[in-house]
Formats: sequence, structure tokens, C-alpha cells
Amino acid sequence: MKILISNQSELPIYSQIKEQIKEQILNGNIEEGTILPSIRKLAKEIGVSVITTTRAYNELEKEGFIASMQGKGSVVLSKDNKILKEQYLIRIEEGLENAIQTAKKIGMDYVELEELANKIWKGME
Amino acid sequence: MEDMLVVKNVSKKLGDFYLNDVSLSLPKGYIMGYIGKNGAGKTTTINIINHLINPDCGSVTINGISYKDNPVLYKEQIGYVGDESYFPPEFKIKDVKKVLKMFYKSFDEKKFDEIVEREGLSKDKKIKDFSRGMNVKLMFATVLSRETKILILDEATNGLDPIAKDSLMTTLQEYIEDGEKSIFFSTHVVSDLEQIADFVVMIENGKLVINEQKEELLENYLIVKGNESELKGLEGNLLGKKSNDYGFEAMIKADCADEFGNKFIFEKPNIEQIAIHLLRA
Repeated sequence: MKILISNQSELPIYSQIKEQIKEQILNGNIEEGTILPSIRKLAKEIGVSVITTTRAYNELEKEGFIASMQGKGSVVLSKDNKILKEQYLIRIEEGLENAIQTAKKIGMDYVELEELANKIWKGME
Repeated sequence: MEDMLVVKNVSKKLGDFYLNDVSLSLPKGYIMGYIGKNGAGKTTTINIINHLINPDCGSVTINGISYKDNPVLYKEQIGYVGDESYFPPEFKIKDVKKVLKMFYKSFDEKKFDEIVEREGLSKDKKIKDFSRGMNVKLMFATVLSRETKILILDEATNGLDPIAKDSLMTTLQEYIEDGEKSIFFSTHVVSDLEQIADFVVMIENGKLVINEQKEELLENYLIVKGNESELKGLEGNLLGKKSNDYGFEAMIKADCADEFGNKFIFEKPNIEQIAIHLLRA
């Protein structure tokens, strides 16, 4: 797990921590079942207040990325869980929206776009 | 959250100075920054917590115990570090150790030696020949080598170089890591506690003007900049406005930013800016 805090960032520190952990869960760098460092250990390691890291973990829990288990710490949940799936869905929608907007700009129609998507999909398999 | 330090309605008149109805509470496992100008009442508050002076009214408890309940335990729970060395100038480290052994049941000689070794404190020098940084390190060695519940720091970072300050911050975070101990940290250098403080309390003329979680405090305000002519009735929202020939700068509550619209520039303040604007207001 990597966390880099920027004091120049527009984002408050708790949300920098949250976003970076989220990103690493979504891209697979932090695997499901991983036990995250304790709130207090993380605060000490990156030099921020305990309330800051608590807030980051609370929000990750609310969004369904992690679950706090009594005495065990916070565990990264499976990507199959519902809330996490929703998060993925949002990402997919955003990506598609982008692609469709760009396609419209150059006058590409839906069939052409579908063909392109098909080609890319197959290329990745 | 269980409270480590509770100061309740404490007042004290000292000559012209009046500490006016101060109340605060610090939960176990957290760090509270106590800020304010020199002379605002920080040290008076700390002297009352340390039971060096009696308040005219109000009460203080540490880990649920007041001084009256158990004076010895009350004092033993506190690890105090101030901005001046409290050791006799002719002392060497071995003399400090002797005194600690005599006074504190929980003094851990091995731990003390370890810290002295790690921090590279000279065993041959007299205290009066110690630099400010060495003195601070020695004071911390004495409080960290016995069992305490709370560190009370009064301008303890004064005169430390940036590297020593940085390593001290890590030491403080280690102290609270188990969630059972707390730190009450007074300073006039606000940036020292910007990163690690969970709570921020500010005192001005003997009265508390801020008493909040740091995260919330930072989110509650915005700095706004713009032209006076665009204000049109919004003046009432401005805190601590400062004008020059070309525009103004002030602070507002973050939730009224929408009323201002896009003719103004907004910035997130740091604690120091919040303090300055509230003091000006």
C-alpha cells in the first residue's frame, strides 16, 4: 500500500488517503482480504492526526471497500460485494460517457463505436 | 470516547489578567493543540492543570481523578515539558537519574538510558552547557521513561531546529499510538501542530475562542478575496476583513460561499489564517 500526502492538494488530507486506498483496491494493488494497517499506526506513519485517518477509514467502510472487524482491524472486501460493484459500474459509465461524447464530436455513429469497442474488447482477451 | 483531561468552568484572576470560564475536554488517545498569543492565558491554564496554582472556581480531572482525590497519583499521571529546563544547572545526567529514581515509582532506568543513548545526550556535560535542543530531549527522556497518562507541553518546541521538531512529532504520535494516552500541546507556533493535532483550542484574552476538531475547523471556513464594490450587502458575512487599494481579503463561513458567487476568489485557510481572521474580527 502506498500513500502520498500533498499539502498543496485541493483535497483535504482525509480524502487524499481515502482516494488513494480506493484506487489501489480498484486496480488490484491491494487485494481482497488484506488487513489494512490500524488507524493509529497509519496516522503515525504518515504523520497526520488520528481523527484524519479515522475519517478516511469510516468513509471507505461506508462506500463498501473495507469492513472493520472487531480485534482484527479493517479488511478489504471482495470485489463481488454489491456496493463495490456499484462503484465499478459508476466508473464504467463515466468511461463510456467520455467515449460517446468524443465519438459524437467527430460524427462517429453508434454502430461504428460498437465495432470499435468490440475490437478493443477482443484485443484484450 | 472516554476523556483523559477535563477542564470544567475554570476561572482565575491574576492581577489584570482574567482566565474566564475555560472548559475543554480531551479524549483518551488524542492530541489537542492549545494556541494563542503570548499572554493570552495558555500558561495560566497549564499551571492550573499542573496544580501549581489553584483556580478561583471550576475543576480539573485527569483520567477521572482530581488533585484532591489523590494528589500523588494525579501528579504522577502527568508528564510535563515546558520551554525552560527545570533541572539544576550543575546537574549531569546521572544526577537527573538519581532524582527520578527517588521520586517516581514507575521510573524505568533502562528505558531512560536507551533514550539518552539514542538521542546522543552527553553524559559528561553539565545541564547548563546543554543546548536548547539537548535540554528538550532530556526533558522528554525523563517523562517518557516513566508511566504517564498525559503529556502537558508548554511551548516545548520553542527553539528546536526543524529536524528535531520533526522527530519530536513522531515521538508524540508514538506516545498516543496505543489509544490510552493523550497530549495537551500548547504553542504560539500554530504550524507545529497543524499536521498531528486532532483538536484545536484557541484562547484570547483569557477566553476560549475556538474549541473544535481540527478537520471540522478547517472545513468550516474559507478565505474570500475580491473587490469591495462587488460586495453589495454581503459585508455582514465577512470576518476579519483587510482592505488595500486594489481589493479586500476576509474569511467567511464555508456554508455561505454560494451567496458570494463567482466574482470572488476562494481559498482554503490553514489554522493560522483562521486564527488571524478570528482575532481581527
